[in-house]
Amino acid sequence: MAAACSLRVYRSVLKELRHLQGSEYTQSMAYTHLREQFRNNQVTGERHCRAQREALHTSQVYLCLLESTRLHLDLHQQYHARGERGPDEVARLVGLRLPTQPGGKGWEK
Amino acid sequence: MFAMLPSLCRFHRQFSRALLPLVSRQVELKLLSSSTHVQRAKYGNATSERKKFYRDVTISQGEGGLYEINLDRKKLKTPGGKLFTVPNEALAIAVATEWDAQKDTLKFYTMHLTTLCNTALDNPTHRDKDQIISAALKFLDTDTVCYRVEEPPGLVELQKNEWDPVLDWIERRYNVVIGSSFSIMGPQIPEETKETFRQHLGSYNFWSLIGLEYVINQLKSVVLSFGLIDRHLTVEQAVLLARLEEEYQIQRWGNVEWAHDYDMYELRARTAAGALFAYLSSESATMKKKILQD
Repeated sequence: MAAACSLRVYRSVLKELRHLQGSEYTQSMAYTHLREQFRNNQVTGERHCRAQREALHTSQVYLCLLESTRLHLDLHQQYHARGERGPDEVARLVGLRLPTQPGGKGWEK
Repeated sequence: MFAMLPSLCRFHRQFSRALLPLVSRQVELKLLSSSTHVQRAKYGNATSERKKFYRDVTISQGEGGLYEINLDRKKLKTPGGKLFTVPNEALAIAVATEWDAQKDTLKFYTMHLTTLCNTALDNPTHRDKDQIISAALKFLDTDTVCYRVEEPPGLVELQKNEWDPVLDWIERRYNVVIGSSFSIMGPQIPEETKETFRQHLGSYNFWSLIGLEYVINQLKSVVLSFGLIDRHLTVEQAVLLARLEEEYQIQRWGNVEWAHDYDMYELRARTAAGALFAYLSSESATMKKKILQD
């Protein structure tokens, strides 16, 4: 149970790393370090059960940090990073649309 | 509704103008520092971004076994001009990963671990351990999970079901009395409880305390922060419990992505960074590694 859970967290962290560093992420320090940590904890026996649980929790926290930072940045760039919006865009944000007149409003050239 | 839109736009415009004085203030600061010959690493402020000026990020072990971050061949410095050093390899790698992850511009508002290291190294408010502990424990008097509402019934029940188990856990774990209250004055927290926590926090080192205080500041709750640091709660659980009323209102009125999700992910990222910083800085983390190596 715990082993399956830690494998899942490990793979998710690698996925985030890949997102951050591109396809060459296997050459990064973080990758090497995480792989080493994961393997060390895998072979530690029942005696170090507590250490294993702590390592799992720490890796979950790290996963949460990477994931939340990515999602927060995505939302930031989508909504807050582009400066001032036009009236029609503001309207669209709250699910409205500015009225349009099919034949034009009469004063366009 | 439509009449509101132009005024909304005007508000945005005013707001962006209000940011301008900040920019000019930064220029002044820069002039000031160059005249006094203080070497200052150029970090942006919370909103500005800097162009990325390096390609490779590496770490190296310097004097006294401390780890340094190298951007190409230059050593990273703190905003205060000190050499950027961290006590162990894991933290150095995590910080290096933050710098490595920046694409074209440096987004300092996404680099929480770097920020925490800078705080610990520069200690901009010149506080010692006791002052940090007092500041952290102040949050106990206004702890999120101690203040209960009397209506609406749904929220009353939610607070009881979600917050009581954590309160029970911390009271048993530390053998203290905290309690909760419906009054705006909050519960009377006994002096012994504060003394117990004060002694417990005294066993943390300076860096870990910076991380823990940051978590408490984010969650506005000592109880939830201890739950997280003692590995009783995950970050997701702690953040959910800290935002319980907001989550209740979202259930009722709907979720607005650019406000609710935005805040939640930011809170999660900051809380996770603070907790990770506290774990990685704790002496036991370095000790354990030594035991495993021997």
